[in-house]
Amino acid sequence: MGKTKTEKSGFSFSAILRNQLFIPIAALLLLALFNLIMDPSFYAIRLGENADGFKVLSGNLISILDMGSELAILAIGMTLVTAATGGQDISVGATIAIAGSVILRVVCGGEQSVTEYKAPIIVALIIAIVVSMIFGAFNGMLVAIFNIQPMVATLILFTAGRSIAAWINNNTLPVVNVKSFGVFGNYIPGFPIPTPFIIAMICVLLIFLVLRFTTIGLYTQAVGINENSSRLNGINPIFIKFLTFVILGICVAVAALIKVSRISTINYSVVAKDIEMDAILAVALGGNALSGGKFNMTASIIGAYVIQFLTTTLYKFKVQSDALPAYKAVVVILLVVLSAPVVREKLTQLGAKMKANKKEVS
Amino acid sequence: MKDNSVLEMKNISKSFPGVRALQNVDFRLCEGEIHALMGENGAGKSTLIKVLTGVYEKDGGEIFLKGLDKAAVIRSPQDAQNLGISTVYQEITLCPNLSVAENMYIGRTKGAGTNWKKMNAGADKILKSLDIPAKATQQLSSCSIAIQQMVAIARAVDMECKVLILDEPTSSLDEHEVEKLFKLMRDLKKKGVGIIFVTHFLDQVYEVCDKITVLRDGQLVGEYVIEDLPRVKLVAKMLGKELDDMTEIRDDSLVYKEKDASEHIFEAQGLQSNAGIKPFDFYINKGEVNGFTGLLGSGRSECVRAIFGADRVIHGSVKIKGKDVKISKPIDAMKHGIAYLPEDRKVDGIIGDLSVRENIILALQVLKGFFRPISKAESYKFADEYIKLLEIKTASADTPIKSLSGGNQQKCILARWLLMNPEYLILDEPTRGIDVGTKVEIQKLVLKLASGGMSVTFISSETDEMLRTCSRLVVMRDRKVVGELTGSDLTQNKIMSTIAGGDN
Amino acid sequence: MKKKFLGVALSVAMVASLLAGCGSSSDDSAATEAPATDATEAPAADGADATDAPAADEGNAASGDLIKVGIINNDPNESGYRTANVEDLKAKFTEANGYQASFAYSLKNEEQIASAQKMIQDGVDYLLLSAADTSGWDGVLKDAKDNGTKVILFDRTIDADESLYEASIVSDMNKEGETAVNWLADQKLDEYKIIHIQGVMGSAAQKGRSKALDDKVAAESTWSIVAQQTAEWNADKAQQIVQSVIDSKEKFNVIYAENDDMAKGAVAALDKANISHGVGKDVIVMGYDCNKWALEELLNQNWNYDGQCNPFQAQYIDEVIKKLEAGETIEEKTIVMDEKGFDATTITQDDVDTYGI
Repeated sequence: MGKTKTEKSGFSFSAILRNQLFIPIAALLLLALFNLIMDPSFYAIRLGENADGFKVLSGNLISILDMGSELAILAIGMTLVTAATGGQDISVGATIAIAGSVILRVVCGGEQSVTEYKAPIIVALIIAIVVSMIFGAFNGMLVAIFNIQPMVATLILFTAGRSIAAWINNNTLPVVNVKSFGVFGNYIPGFPIPTPFIIAMICVLLIFLVLRFTTIGLYTQAVGINENSSRLNGINPIFIKFLTFVILGICVAVAALIKVSRISTINYSVVAKDIEMDAILAVALGGNALSGGKFNMTASIIGAYVIQFLTTTLYKFKVQSDALPAYKAVVVILLVVLSAPVVREKLTQLGAKMKANKKEVS
Repeated sequence: MKDNSVLEMKNISKSFPGVRALQNVDFRLCEGEIHALMGENGAGKSTLIKVLTGVYEKDGGEIFLKGLDKAAVIRSPQDAQNLGISTVYQEITLCPNLSVAENMYIGRTKGAGTNWKKMNAGADKILKSLDIPAKATQQLSSCSIAIQQMVAIARAVDMECKVLILDEPTSSLDEHEVEKLFKLMRDLKKKGVGIIFVTHFLDQVYEVCDKITVLRDGQLVGEYVIEDLPRVKLVAKMLGKELDDMTEIRDDSLVYKEKDASEHIFEAQGLQSNAGIKPFDFYINKGEVNGFTGLLGSGRSECVRAIFGADRVIHGSVKIKGKDVKISKPIDAMKHGIAYLPEDRKVDGIIGDLSVRENIILALQVLKGFFRPISKAESYKFADEYIKLLEIKTASADTPIKSLSGGNQQKCILARWLLMNPEYLILDEPTRGIDVGTKVEIQKLVLKLASGGMSVTFISSETDEMLRTCSRLVVMRDRKVVGELTGSDLTQNKIMSTIAGGDN
Repeated sequence: MKKKFLGVALSVAMVASLLAGCGSSSDDSAATEAPATDATEAPAADGADATDAPAADEGNAASGDLIKVGIINNDPNESGYRTANVEDLKAKFTEANGYQASFAYSLKNEEQIASAQKMIQDGVDYLLLSAADTSGWDGVLKDAKDNGTKVILFDRTIDADESLYEASIVSDMNKEGETAVNWLADQKLDEYKIIHIQGVMGSAAQKGRSKALDDKVAAESTWSIVAQQTAEWNADKAQQIVQSVIDSKEKFNVIYAENDDMAKGAVAALDKANISHGVGKDVIVMGYDCNKWALEELLNQNWNYDGQCNPFQAQYIDEVIKKLEAGETIEEKTIVMDEKGFDATTITQDDVDTYGI
């Protein structure tokens, strides 16, 4: 679904340029190369013990996979929303605060600090997912039924979300002092790979199964490209748009679980701050048109990890982290320029010329 | 360059990935000449025009213009405009919410200051000289499409163009408006402007043009003086083969004989939608081809949209094979075996960025359901089958449909609905903006399908096309069904008089 | 089926949003449980509405010899510090204590100013102000003076003439930083290799807490900074910063985090890498703000130090008002609150209960 096919003719410069995976992979390679030149030890991976005495993997690459998980999960939902509605949900950070708050509210049963679960974690997760889906549905309703611009519609929760999150827990910041609560944000005892990455990969697997065994890929793209035609072909565009927001809601709840598990508590005003911009950037970095239509899920997910790669690289080289947005801005500019049809056309021509020259030589 | 020619294109070549759109094409336009550029869809007309106007950059060849001693460099539409090449497209490319004068001068004023009085006076003068019934201060959207088109031409003329390109300017005009446009073209011709006229209407070519250049498959077939090329020959040149006489396609292939007259595949009573049509009754038999006819805007499209549930049905009852059913949205109709090829291909038909394959399987996929996706292999099989069957010209099944020519897009949409294997197929203007060859193919296909037992409702602006295919015509006027014609009543004259109404 | 699901989901969503909306307006009058409900409406776009109007109206009706105070604060949802601060004020300024209080919360200066003007018009006796921004308050404070409303600043200072307010009750962030750094120096390590995790750059807390450390590092040859990054008060970012240092295999023995959340994030990274921390362990962990859970970490000797940023200003304000009412004058307008630093080796359960927020 939405996969860009490489042409069967095999290696061809212009075909690679046209491939949607080109941009995120090129960005990834560029970053990888930079690190390789600057400090090859960046890639060292060690198997050591964590504080609980279990063997775990560590190193920058592992950190990237670990820390980029929430973003990758969000990118899944954001890609679908973007494809179907031609707009983006800017409330995901705020709704992560809500979902995280719900998880803590259920697990702690309203107490400030607990040493045992007041309710099973799975119950907390399910309730959080339901709540997130409802908030997703709220966004979806505004967009699909009332035809409000997605950015404008989600502005409501963007502004109100963190307060709702605080309200859910009576404005307290519950702390879960149960070892097993940290499993989702750290390691499963005895398993050396960070749990967030495993969760992210499960989500990725699930979405690919969904794309494979349902027609949601085709429908979202069709609705995003031409709503009229889609309707005349029996698709219900309202439902599809609505559905994408609800799916994003599920992604939000899962991301929230990881976030609160990482530190066993929450801070409503800063948790997942500005993550919506990163999620949108991931979609764009994946070469997907932010105006909707065709999408490539793989590219978005790679895009998410590219952003984390950039972040980790900047931390590694001790670039002041408040300068991070500036670097992201540079990426966005490059991206916009690269994906502009004019530039692509020129690049393709350049590729054709190079190929022609090569032939003459050989 | 000959003395009286204003434009000469030599050895123009242009390739797109997978397609050689133009191969060494020559074209010559003289002063004061109306020159038709003819060819099937995908023959390269649009590409040639776009190379000339700087939308595409040519891969090879040279363009010479009068007054220039060396080859012209055209890299952008702006370049073309500066060299005196103006284009008026099929779709109006002006700004409807600005005034006529503003539209005529937009992008041409120098400096910040604008003298509106002078501008309006200037605009009025040009409009008057061209006999265009519009005022400079009038908002453009308040003019009819024809007038808007003429304003676009006036704008081009005022920019002192030497070459005026009219790309399908008449497709949304009625007869009267076309006549006005032709008058304007003849006036311009007298003033020495060279006009390139691209159209699908053969009648119009013979009415107004002096010369014809025919393209086929990206290559030049030839340039002819109009008197030397009778219609049949022109069509033959365009198709590259002798045309089986178009008027005879109905003879033996017409198998339909009211054989299952008793069975109404579809029957509607007092059907009415929110699109402003009066309630109407309608039925169609198995294997029948019928049609709605009437002037543009008479409500014929709205009727079939109501049948398909494309507009909101507010009244009436529907029976399929005698059983009462409810059709409130397209999917309901599809489930009952009804397919609908919409009038506006771009807006309602194609999903532009999706591939030919995805466009073809779409309806069948929706019908199969959300949880039963058609496998990739299967979808390729379907797509390839129909690409072959309908002779769709595409680089591959994965080519985005928007990069196909109009006629081939239409074939894809047709393939989409045929793949669904409907019992009742509604075709609303399937042949609009399509070249002659494809038109005939589609008409033949309709009759073939009908002989196989499919019921077809066919709508076309070209009456003779309807006469050739339909055995029964529902005539509409002012959003109301005003008559039904069958058998010996199926003649041009009878249709005209029914549409016109009154005593004659 | 689809339709049904849609319908149900929609109606649930509507109800949920209604509840969220109603919650704030209906519960507002009940001032006792206000922190939670006010939170929902505070950042809403309309600043004027954020004023707790019902309470003020009741005040007009029932005001006998009660002192009317209008309290303008930042959003209680901003941080645990603010929550404690708001609760402290709410607990102090009650009718039982002789006050008629109205509250307004916003993180936006202009909304705060609008609320202040409304309170002045309502004729409050005292305007208690924790300003979101340091500038733009001159006009309002002059209005207050003309109307006979006395202004007391708490927690945050503003750029205005001293004559415009009666007192300013503040934390001395520089002193907080010095207390912490002195404590750290007292640990007498052979070498100090510090990961310094900063708050939002430019905030008063960040400046004060960073300055003490920066000065010390500059002065001592055995002190060095391994990494100095802002995590913007965010635990997540702090974890990444420390993780990055660990991944680079750089040695460090002190984590100096400018709030508890960031210290917690840092510790999460340490735990992953099995780096021991706390009393007598490899890495010293320092935090600020004295969250209850943070003090418990101290009590369990997982962390080493936590610096207080005293949110309990109500007592100080109360004293100032009492003095003014009694006709006394306030000699020193800037009142710096006592602030403690807790050491894991000496902290008691009592401290946790008293000072934890």
